[in-house]
Amino acid sequence: MNNIIVFCETDNGKLCDVSLELLTKGRALAQTLKCDLEALLIGFNVENLAKELYSYGAKKVHLADNPKLEFFRTLPYAAITIALFKEEKPQIALFGATSIGRDLAPRVSSALHSGLTADCTSLEIGDHQDAKGNKWENLLYQIRPAFGGNIIATIVNPEHRPQMATVREGVMKKEPLAQPVEGCINRIDTSKVLMDTDFVVSIIERQIEEKKIDIKSSQIIVAGGYGVGSKENFKLIFDLAKVLGAEVGASRAAVDAGFVEHERQVGQTGVTVRPKLFISVGISGQIQHTAGMDQSSMIISINSDPDAPIHQIADYAIIGDLNEVIPKMIASYKKHSK
Amino acid sequence: MTKKLKIVVLAKQVPDTRNVGKNAMTPEGTVNRAALPAIFNPEDMNALEQALRIKDKNPGTEVILLTMGPARAAEIIREGLFRGADGGVLLSDRKFAGSDTLATSYALSQAVKKLNPDLILAGRQAIDGDTAQVGPQVAEKLNMPQVTYAEQILEINDNNIVIRRRLERGIEVVTSPLPLLVTVHATAAPCRPRNAKFLMKYKSARTVTEDSTVSGPMQITEWGAANIGGDDQSFGLSGSPTKVKKVENIVFQAKEAKRLTSSDADIDSLISELFTNHTIG
Ligand SMILES: Cc1cc2nc3c(=O)[nH]c(=O)nc-3n(C[C@H](O)[C@H](O)[C@H](O)COP(=O)(O)OP(=O)(O)OC[C@H]3O[C@@H](n4cnc5c(N)ncnc54)[C@H](O)[C@@H]3O)c2cc1C
Ligand SMILES: Nc1ncnc2c1ncn2[C@@H]1O[C@H](COP(=O)(O)O)[C@@H](O)[C@H]1O
Repeated sequence: MNNIIVFCETDNGKLCDVSLELLTKGRALAQTLKCDLEALLIGFNVENLAKELYSYGAKKVHLADNPKLEFFRTLPYAAITIALFKEEKPQIALFGATSIGRDLAPRVSSALHSGLTADCTSLEIGDHQDAKGNKWENLLYQIRPAFGGNIIATIVNPEHRPQMATVREGVMKKEPLAQPVEGCINRIDTSKVLMDTDFVVSIIERQIEEKKIDIKSSQIIVAGGYGVGSKENFKLIFDLAKVLGAEVGASRAAVDAGFVEHERQVGQTGVTVRPKLFISVGISGQIQHTAGMDQSSMIISINSDPDAPIHQIADYAIIGDLNEVIPKMIASYKKHSK
Repeated sequence: MTKKLKIVVLAKQVPDTRNVGKNAMTPEGTVNRAALPAIFNPEDMNALEQALRIKDKNPGTEVILLTMGPARAAEIIREGLFRGADGGVLLSDRKFAGSDTLATSYALSQAVKKLNPDLILAGRQAIDGDTAQVGPQVAEKLNMPQVTYAEQILEINDNNIVIRRRLERGIEVVTSPLPLLVTVHATAAPCRPRNAKFLMKYKSARTVTEDSTVSGPMQITEWGAANIGGDDQSFGLSGSPTKVKKVENIVFQAKEAKRLTSSDADIDSLISELFTNHTIG
C-alpha cells in the first residue's frame, strides 16, 4: 500500500529503456519515502521479464498477461491500471512519456481524478505549503519545462493520489542493482477486470520498424555535421566516439549527404538528446539542430568558423579544423586514461 | 453515409512559444508573454482540416469549434469559420480560471455533452504546455474510446471510422465505432487557407462579450459555467489536483564559452579537465 508503481512498457518482448530508467529513479524515491518500488507489466508472454524488474529493485510485479493484451490498446490497458491503482493506492505512479504512456496516463488520471504532469525532467521529494498555510510532507516535486521550454515549473499534487508523472526516454539514468531484490508476482485476474466493451477499438494493421540505433540513451554523444566532409571521414567521429564510449549523432545535412543513417539525426526532425556530454563536430548550429541538443549538460563545439552559431551555446568552443583536433583529442584521452 | 454527422473540434488559443524571438524576452531574460502573438494551436489546425475533409466528402456534416479561454479566444473561432467550420462555442467564465488539464477537460466534456457530437477531434497537444492530456481526459470523462496521434482519417461511415496513427517508429491502422475522440498529429495534412467567401460571410461574427449588438447567425455562442451544468467545485482551481509550486524563468544568455584553439596544449588541458570533473573516464 502507498508504494511507488512504475508502468513498464515492452517492445518486441523486451523491456523498454524508459521503464528501466523510471525504475531506477523510482528506487531512489522509494528509499527516500521508505516505501516499496513495484512494477506494472501488461502484455502477452511477458512473465519472463519479471526477473529483470527485480534487478532494478521492483519488489512486486503486478502482471496482466493475456493474448488480447499483446499490443497496446487504450481501454483494456487503462481498465487494468485503474483497477490496480484503486486497489493498491500507490502514492506515486510513473509512466514513460512515450506514445503509449502519453495515451494511457491521462486517461488513468482522469478516471482517478489524480493530477498528472507530463514530460518531467526531474523528480524530487520535498515539502509544500500552500497560500493558506496548509502543509504537506514528502510530496513528489514534478519538475518540467513549460512554455516552449522558456520556463521551468515545479508542480505538486498535494491532495490526490497517485501523484502521476511521465518522463521521456533518456532523461533519467538506468542502473540495475548489483544484487537483484527478492521479488514476487501479483497475477492480475484479467477476466475480472476486462469487459467486451474494452475491445471496441481494433488494430487492423501495424508497421513498426525495429529500433536499430539508439542514440537517445547514451550519456556521451559525438555528432558530426556536413563539415566532416565525407562518409569516409566520418570514421574520425566513430573513432572518437569509440574511445569515449559514446554514440554517434549527426546533423541533417550530414544525414542528407549520406554520411550516416537517419536514426542518428539530432534535432527538430530527428531525436532530442540531453546527454552528459555532447561533442559537436563540423556542425554550424542552426536552431532546428540545436533544439535537439541544447539541453545537454555540457557542450563542446569544434568548428573552424569562429562565428559559427554552435559556439554560442557551447561550454567549450574549439576554433579549429576537426581533422586536426579529433586525432589530438584521441591521443590526449589515451594518455590521461592510463 | 446516410446520417448527417456532427463533429466538434477542440481548439485552443496559445501564445506562439515557437517564436520566442529576442523581442519577446525582457532585458532580464524572462519571457514577455504580452509580446508573443496568440495563435490557433498548430495541431488543432490539423484536427480542423480532418473535420473539413469529412465535410467535403459528406455534405451536411456540421463542424463546430469548441474553445475554452478568455474573451479574446473568440478570434480562433472566427479563424475556423473563415476556413469552413459551421459554428463555434466559446467557453468562458471566471470560474474556469486556474484550470489544469483535468479541470479543463471537465469543462470541455460538459460542453461536449451538450453539443452531443458523433465525433470529437482534438490536437495531439497544445504548444504552451505540450501535455497532450486534454484529449484523452475528455474522452474518459465522456466514457468514450480514444484514438491518439491520428495522421489521417481513412474512412468514416454511420457507425464506424478507420484511422491511421503515427507512432514513434511506424504506423498503426485502427478501427473504432462512433462516437469517438481522436487526437490529431502534426504529420496530418495542414489546414486549408481561409476562404474568401467565408471571410466575407463571417468577418463580423462576434460573441456577446465582444459586441452586445450582434445577434442572429453572426453571434458566436458563448457559454459560462452555468450553461454547461456540472459541479462548480470541479471547475478551475478547485477542480485542479495539480498546483504550481514554483516557476523559474530560464535566463536566455549566450553561454560564456571557453574559447580554445587546436593547439596541443589547449586540447590536452580540456581533456584533462573533463577527466577531473568526471565528465569522461
Ligand atoms: C523544417 C526543418 C527541419 C530541420 N530539422 C533538422 C534536424 O532535425 N536536425 C538538423 O541537424 N538539421 C535540421 N534542419 C536543417 C538545419 O537548418 C541545417 O541546415 C543543418 O543542421 C545544417 O547541418 P550542418 O551544420 O551539418 O551543415 P552546415 O550548415 O553546412 O555546417 C557545416 C559546418 O562545418 C564547419 N566546418 C567545415 N569544415 C570544417 C572543418 N574541417 N573543421 C571544423 N569545422 C568545419 C563549417 O564552418 C560549418 O559551420 C532542418 C531544417 C528545416 C527547415
Ligand atoms: N482550453 C481549451 N479549449 C479547447 N480545447 C483545448 C483546450 N485545452 C486543450 N484543448 C485541446 O486538447 C489538446 C491537447 O491539449 P494539451 O493537453 O493542453 O496539450 C489541444 O490540442 C486541444 O485540441
